[in-house]
Amino acid sequence: MNIIISNSSKEPIFEQIKNQIKQSVLRNEIKEGDSLPSMRRLAKELRISVITTKRAYEELENEGFIISFVGKGSFVAGQNKDLLKEKRLTMIEESLSEIISESKALNISLSEMKQMLELLYGEGEE
Amino acid sequence: MENVVKFENVNKSFNDFQLNDVCFSVKKGYITGFIGPNGSGKTTTIKLIMSLLKRNSGDLKVFGEETVANSKEIKQRIGFVYAENHFYNHLSVKQMKRLVSSFYDNWDESTFQSYMKYFNLPWKKKIKHLSTGMRMKLSLAIALSHDAELIIMDEPTSGLDPVFRREILDILSEIIQDENKTVFFSTHITTDLEQIADYITFIYNGEIIFDDEKDHILEKYHIIRGAKELLDDDIRQMFIHLRETSVGFEALTDNPQKVRNLMGNDIIMEPASLEEIMVYTVRSGQHA
Repeated sequence: MNIIISNSSKEPIFEQIKNQIKQSVLRNEIKEGDSLPSMRRLAKELRISVITTKRAYEELENEGFIISFVGKGSFVAGQNKDLLKEKRLTMIEESLSEIISESKALNISLSEMKQMLELLYGEGEE
Repeated sequence: MENVVKFENVNKSFNDFQLNDVCFSVKKGYITGFIGPNGSGKTTTIKLIMSLLKRNSGDLKVFGEETVANSKEIKQRIGFVYAENHFYNHLSVKQMKRLVSSFYDNWDESTFQSYMKYFNLPWKKKIKHLSTGMRMKLSLAIALSHDAELIIMDEPTSGLDPVFRREILDILSEIIQDENKTVFFSTHITTDLEQIADYITFIYNGEIIFDDEKDHILEKYHIIRGAKELLDDDIRQMFIHLRETSVGFEALTDNPQKVRNLMGNDIIMEPASLEEIMVYTVRSGQHA
């Protein structure tokens, strides 16, 4: 797993770390039980404050992506398969909503959209 | 959170300068940067922690103990790196080490030797023949070789080149890999702190301006730039410092949300650096 932070990004550093670890979990690059670098080690390696990595890890823990044990470190949490699927579904729904609002702006009707969807979906299956 | 150092309403006055009701704390397991322009009271504050000065009033505790009464025990647990050369010039590094190490109950010779190697320090050279950087390295090697729980450094990075400054920052990060160790260091080179510091304490003119998490500070303070026509009395009040020129204005605020609400999208708003916060706060003080 790589964590690449940008100092000129508008996104706060703790959030950059959080999102990158999250992505790695969702993409299954790191799996249940894999250990993460300790907060202090990660802070040293990224040359940032311990508080920043702590905040990222705490939020990841609250969202169920990792588990931390005092004195042992942090690990990727077992992802509930249903939950994972739901999270991915949410992502798809979000993308679809974007498409819908764009289509509405262009006066494309639902049936036209359905046609497009069927056509494209079928293409992918061949 | 546990405090390693705690100042409560500490006052100390000299003929021409005073520390005024100083309140702040240094948290265990973290790096706290102590910033402020020259002559603000940084060294005085550090000397109070080390009981090299006596306060006039207020409460000051280090490791939960009152400082003056327990100064001997407290100093055993502190690794202190001074800004200036405090070694004897006529001694060699080896002789100096022998002298200093005898003061510490927990002196760890093998740790010291490994730092000597790591820093490439010459055992036989006289102190007076060491460069500024080497003297700083020696001072640091000693501070790190008696199992101190608190490392205090007064301007450790001033006068050093960027390569060695970076090395020091890495060493500080390495120290707090052990969460029972704490680092407190004063500096006016704020870029050093922008990276690794967890907390920032800002002193100016003998008063603590703020004492907060670095991330909070950097989220809060913003630089605003825009057209002069946008300024009115309400808006001026939200600025800590305002500089008007013939082609616009530049200002510092600690309430970016409110400024955004009042001024809309016609302004440019960027996070302020620690240096900008320090410089503009000091300027506004001078104008008041």
